[in-house]
Formats: sequence, structure tokens, C-alpha cells
Amino acid sequence: MEEQEAQQKDMASKAHADVHADEEDAAREGESYKLRIFRGDAEGGREVEYEIPAVEGMVVLDAILYIQAHQAGDLAVRWNCKAAHCGSCSAEINGKPKLLCKARVEEYGGQDIRVHPMRAFPVIKDLVSDVSWNYEVARSTIPFTTDEQAPFEMYEEDVERLYEPKKCIECFMCQDVCHVLRTHQKHEEFAGPRFFVRNQWLEMHPKDTERRVEYLKEGRGGIGYCNITKCCTEVCPAGIHITDNSIIPLKERVADEYYDPAKWLMRKIRGRRSPKTGQIIGRNGNRNGG
Amino acid sequence: MERNGNTNGARHGHEVLEHDILIIGAGGAGLRAAIAATQRGLSVGVVTKSLLGKAHTVMAEGGVAAALGNVDSEDGWQTHFMDTLKAGKFLNNWRMAELFAKEAPDRVYELEQWGALFNRTPEGKISQRPFGAHTYTRLCHVGDRTGLEMIRTLQERTLATEAKVYMETSVTKLFQNDEGRVVGALAYTREAGKFIHFKAKAVIVATGGWGRIYKVTSNSWEGTGDGVVLAYNAGAELVDMEMVQFHPTGMVWPPGVRGLLVTEGVRGEGGFLRNSDGERFMENYDAERMELSSRDVVARANYTEVTEGRGSEHGGVFLDITHLGYNGIMKKLPTMYEQFLKLADIDISKEPMEVFPTIHYTMGGIKVDPETCATNVPGLYAAGEVGGGLHGANRLGGNSLSDLLVFGRRAGEGAAEYVKGNGYSAEIESSVVEDEKKRVVHPLERQDGDENPFHLQQELQEAMMEHANLMRNEDSLKEGLGKILAIKDRLPNVKVHGSTLFNPGWHASQDIHNLVQVSEIIVRAALERTERRGAQWRLDYDGPDDELGKINFIVKRDQQGEAGIEKREIPPMPDHLSRLFDDGDDKHGGEQGGKESQF
Repeated sequence: MEEQEAQQKDMASKAHADVHADEEDAAREGESYKLRIFRGDAEGGREVEYEIPAVEGMVVLDAILYIQAHQAGDLAVRWNCKAAHCGSCSAEINGKPKLLCKARVEEYGGQDIRVHPMRAFPVIKDLVSDVSWNYEVARSTIPFTTDEQAPFEMYEEDVERLYEPKKCIECFMCQDVCHVLRTHQKHEEFAGPRFFVRNQWLEMHPKDTERRVEYLKEGRGGIGYCNITKCCTEVCPAGIHITDNSIIPLKERVADEYYDPAKWLMRKIRGRRSPKTGQIIGRNGNRNGG
Repeated sequence: MERNGNTNGARHGHEVLEHDILIIGAGGAGLRAAIAATQRGLSVGVVTKSLLGKAHTVMAEGGVAAALGNVDSEDGWQTHFMDTLKAGKFLNNWRMAELFAKEAPDRVYELEQWGALFNRTPEGKISQRPFGAHTYTRLCHVGDRTGLEMIRTLQERTLATEAKVYMETSVTKLFQNDEGRVVGALAYTREAGKFIHFKAKAVIVATGGWGRIYKVTSNSWEGTGDGVVLAYNAGAELVDMEMVQFHPTGMVWPPGVRGLLVTEGVRGEGGFLRNSDGERFMENYDAERMELSSRDVVARANYTEVTEGRGSEHGGVFLDITHLGYNGIMKKLPTMYEQFLKLADIDISKEPMEVFPTIHYTMGGIKVDPETCATNVPGLYAAGEVGGGLHGANRLGGNSLSDLLVFGRRAGEGAAEYVKGNGYSAEIESSVVEDEKKRVVHPLERQDGDENPFHLQQELQEAMMEHANLMRNEDSLKEGLGKILAIKDRLPNVKVHGSTLFNPGWHASQDIHNLVQVSEIIVRAALERTERRGAQWRLDYDGPDDELGKINFIVKRDQQGEAGIEKREIPPMPDHLSRLFDDGDDKHGGEQGGKESQF
């Protein structure tokens, strides 16, 4: 393998001269970065060190794609948009989950950069872990349901708190740091922060008519396992206040309505008053205010 | 997803899976098609190269164009239709544009019905924002993350159906029966390299565009043109392939983010373009519409300012939105704020952005029947960016997202209709499957060969940047074609190392064939269209050619396996549509009217 890599490296440096002219303008002469990257699969693996030419402003994903093109073509990494919009390139840098496309190499100021896959999920290969469990949880989530016909009448004031949970890019880094999943492996009984974020907007949407407290408490949700350590909030690249704005309100709702279903019924029947118009905007609310 | 490991034995086996309809691609069009087809009670499989929800649709920022008339009550489908044709320089398939403009509002409301949340007007309706060359305020949006809202909504809706989603799976070939009907495909899982023979009564291609043929692009790695080449190899006709959209505003610095999109929403919200002299130069290119002129015009303006020496330090022009202030920016353009701060150390509430055109979208694509999205190959359908015809020579911002919805649904229903009346067998000769598997593993298993697919892709990207950019001429296009064909000759020598277990080098060895083929087609079509029209800007010709304005170039694989090009006349518009243009003097989209500079 080393021999192959050396061979590729040699070929790479020749090709590089041809095709990377403008990047070389930005390359810092003589400077290089070193990264230690996990190479391995479900059976195990080890860190391998790679050295790459330094380019101004480069992110860790740039470095990895450089290695892929020039030194190790089979280095596995997941990525798509390279703009922190899609949440594909989550991995762990020095033990902390990061979007590789957003982590600037120079921020590490010459310290070691050790890149590993997310550890709350099974490793497939190198920096890619098997996140398919998240999609099973997604399928188990009770989807948006309404008995009204769009177009809906909804005001900014009615919906503005839904924008925050809807910013989620599904990078699953919150799932990766959550103790319930990472340490206690409660994947069968716990949906994890990402899905509390989704359940929050579903539950708070003025037009939704479903009841999710059973799912959240004793179904796949398992929200009781969360002991609000805020690890998820700290790593969210979309800046969602997962604990304060998603998990705690859902816990309160479960506490209220699981034990007293009449409260749920009242909420659904009476709806919620719009802060702007005073109109009722929930399920059977009078949309014309009349 | 089951894993097969990387033993040699597993490489050559394959699983057989059957669906009524196989959909390739899980962006907006593929998912909308899946929802439509499952509603008809059919078994649907959706194959995607990435994880669900990561398709390029997620990157769309500005909004969905639909004539709801929530902000400008004068708006209606007729104006949206006319704007679309004018921007497309009348190369558009007018029937597609008509269906599109009429159906877009319902498709947007349908998203709201499924839980999508758009910004609201003071009256409690879906809010809309102005955008380039849309006559009225028309783009339904949520901040600058409209694509995310759209794909999440469609993804969640899809997961609530019986459709089966095959994530991180690539399709390498469409299978056809003796009559030429498409009856399935060969795919492999990227995770394990496990082969799947999908048997299907119909296949919908919804794989998006091919921006990765260029070096500076706003597209993710996935945009390698797989679907257009799969269809081309199966005998499908392609239309308007010379038309590649350069988005006027991509990031220029640092190098790693060069080409990353800066949403047109910045200009929609009042952003100004200035050159290094501080001049608001759009006055010289389109004094009427200024920064909100159509994308082809603004892209050429930005390009011209920089090439004539009025550019910024890093070779861009300045885009200034500082007048919105921090709070305004965080409300309207939070993603842009974050993107520039994190990746370029620029606070856009205090400093202007540096921008330059970036490859963004491919107007050309698989020619389809407007009503059903059927191609000329029986059993094969196409929708979304991979389809051609709706946008003509230039796409309006926001029209792509509504295109995905309108024609994604139509493709799902069209294919469902075909399947219901189709008793054809999905059986094919087993040797066809075996040969294809051998072809796919060859770069990995061979002992010889010395071409690196990543380097071939880089060389191709350089060639396309140099020769098929937004200003073109015959000599340069010919030189580019020569380079592409030289790369094509080297493809048989591609060798990759490692195993079939999640091996990007091996995946690249598959993609490179598609990238090269689609590049060749684009350059050949660009050589044929000897005029300036929309995105096709031939410096060796003075302006538009009226005769060429009446035809589309159709590319189809000929008997010898080469790209054959045919001129095909655009059918005349029926009265009820052509009448719409009678009131104005701009039937020819401003092209002859001289409103746009012919620089």
C-alpha cells in the first residue's frame, strides 16, 4: 500500500504542476500542513499521516480531497455541497465533531489535526460512518398532518419560532455527541436531538393536528433519557438551541399532556392565539377572525 | 443497508430487486416523482448517490418562482410564462413553459400542505421576493435556505410513503429489452460495491446537471452528468446542450471556495454591483433592470469588468449589501452572512463581497414530452435539471425549483400511466448484466493502466474552463474538443487502487466517462450554434441569428456511437400563447430590441 501511495504521489506531483496553476498562486511557498487521518474499517484501523501543500484559507475537507486526488485515491470521505448547507461531511477533528468543509486548517495553528469518523455510529471506512439508523428514526417520526387545505393563513408571529428547528441540515453531529447514543447506545429506544428538533416544529406548527406525546415518551422518542447536558446545542453548526428551544419545550409538553390528555385536546380544539391579531390559529380556529 | 464486505466473490455476484418504477436521483424532481408514483399505488425505488436530503436541491437559496400574486397582485401565469420565454430567448419548449407557469402555484401550496414553511406577508400569506428578470415579485422563499426547506419537506413526505430509498447507490447502465424499452438498470452500492440489478417497468432519470465538468462551479461532486449520459447511451435525444448557465455571483476567495454560490437573493434584496472604480457598472449593460437583469447579462457584465481590468484584488467585482445592516442581513440572508464570515473572514454587514461568475446550471438536457416527461425511448422518463426544453437559452432564478416540482410530478404520473398499460417483461439476457459488472470493476481489478481518474477530471475541468466558458469562439472550441477527445482516448487506461469498500477513486473511475461524454456533446453543440443567444455567446459572431432562433440542436447517439447533431425547427406557438406577446414590442426578448448591450 505504501508503495502504491508513493507511486501515486509521484504521478500526482507531476499532474499537479499542470492543473493547479492558480491554486499555486495562493499556496504559501514551502509551507505544508500535516494531518493524521483514520484509515480503517469496521474491523479496526490506524492513523496515517499525510503532508500537503498549504493553501490560504483551506478547510480540512480541501486537504482531504487533495490527499484523495494525489496520495490515496481510496480515502473515504462523505461530502456534497462544501458550503456547510448539506451536512454531509461530519467527522471528528481532535475528538470534536465538525463539518470538514467549515473547519479552517489555519485555525488549528500548527497543532495536530487528527481526523476520525463520527463514533456514535458504526464505521464503514476511513471517515465514513454508517448513519442509516437516523433514517430509520426519520421513518418512525409521525409526519406533518393537517385537516386544513393550503394555502394557510399564518403570520410571521405565528411561525417565527419554527424557523429555528427548520434550519437543521441533518449533519447528525448532535447525535454523535449525545451520551445516550454515544456512551449508552440506546439507539433502539431513543430518537436523539436531531429528531427532537424535528418533533418540535411538528408539534408547534399551528396547522398540525397529530399527537406525538406517546411517541416521544414511550415510543421511539425516549425523550426521558435526555438529561439536558446541552452537548448537542454546543456542536450544532446551524446554531439551533436544541436543548432550550426543542428538547425542554417537548419535555414540558410530554409532562403536561401525557398525564393529562385533556390538555392536548383543549390545545387542539382551542388552538393558539396569534400574538399579532389575537385570532385563533390552531386547528378549528376561525381563520377569518369573524 | 446491507453490507457485503469487499471480498472478490461478492464483487461479481448481484442482487435482483424489482419495482414498477425506478427513479434515479433523490433531489426535488426525483422525490416529487416518487410521491406522485406511490400515490398511484405503484412500487417505487429511488436510487441516490448520496444520503437522502443531500442532493443539490438543498443548495438552492433564493426561492421558488410561482405567480401567486401575494405581493404583486397583477402577477399571473401569463407573465411568468412570458418572462420565462424572454429569458430563454424563445428557444424554450413553449408548451413546457405554459404548463410550468400554470402549475407552479399549486405545487408550492402543495409543499405548504405537507409542512413546508415559507416566510409570510403581513396578510399571513406566503411571502415573495423580487428576482432577476421576473417582472413581478415572485419568489416564494424562506430566508436564503429555500432549497433546504423544499428537500426536507419532500424527503419527509417520501419517507411517509412505501417508496424504498437506496442511498449511496450509483447507476451505471440502463437495460433495454429486445424492443428497446427501458426495463431496468445496473447499480452498485458505494458503501460496499455490491451490485444490484434493478428490474423496472419504467425508469425516471432525475439526476440533475453536470456542473462538475468545470473547475469553478457551484455544484457538488454529484453533478457529473450520469443521468444525461445514461439516457444518451440508451438512445435518448438531448436538446440545447450548448446552453450552460454561469451564475453571475460565485465566491472568489479563498481558493477552496472559489465558485461557491452567492445567492441572487442578495441582489433581490437590493445588493449593488460595483467595480474597482466604485462605479455601479450595470448601468452600462442593462440600465433598466440593473443588477436584476437576467443571469446571462449580469454574468457577462461581471466577466467583462474583470477582464477589462476593473476587478478586485482577487479577480472579482464587488457585491455590496451593507446597507441592509446586520439585523436585516440576519433576517433575509443569514446563510450568506455565515458563509462569508466562516469561510472568507468577511463580515458582509460591513464590507462588500468579491464575486465572479460560476458554473451553476445546465439548461440543456434530455428532450421530453411536456405532458408526461416521456423521452423518445419507451419506458424512459426525465425531470428536473437533467431534462431540457423549459429554460431555453437561459434560466431565470427560482424557475428551477418550480421546474422540479411541476415536472417531477408529471414524470411520476406519466411513468405510472405507462406502467399501468405495460405488460412488457423486464427480463434481459444475463450476459448483458455480467458484461456491465465486468466493465465497472475493470479499473479496480486490472493490473495495468496508469491514468488517475481524479487527474483526468481536473484536466477536463481546465479544458472546459478555457474553451467552453461564457465567452466562446470557434478556434477555442475546436481546441477544447481536441483536448476532450484526447482525454477520452485515455479513459481505457484508468486504473484505481484499493477495494470496492467505499472507494472514491473507484467511484471517480465511473463518473469520468459521463463527464467526458457530456463535455464533448456540449462543445460540439456550441460549435453549431454560431450566434449570440442567452448563455451561448460566440465572440466570432456579432449577435443573434434569426434563423438559429427558430431551431433547437438535438444531439443523439448515431449508428457509429458518435454524437450526431440535428437542427430541429421549433414548432410555432399557438395563438393563445403568441397573443400574449402582442401588446409589447419585446417579442424577441430584448435581443433585437437592443436593450441589452452587445459587448
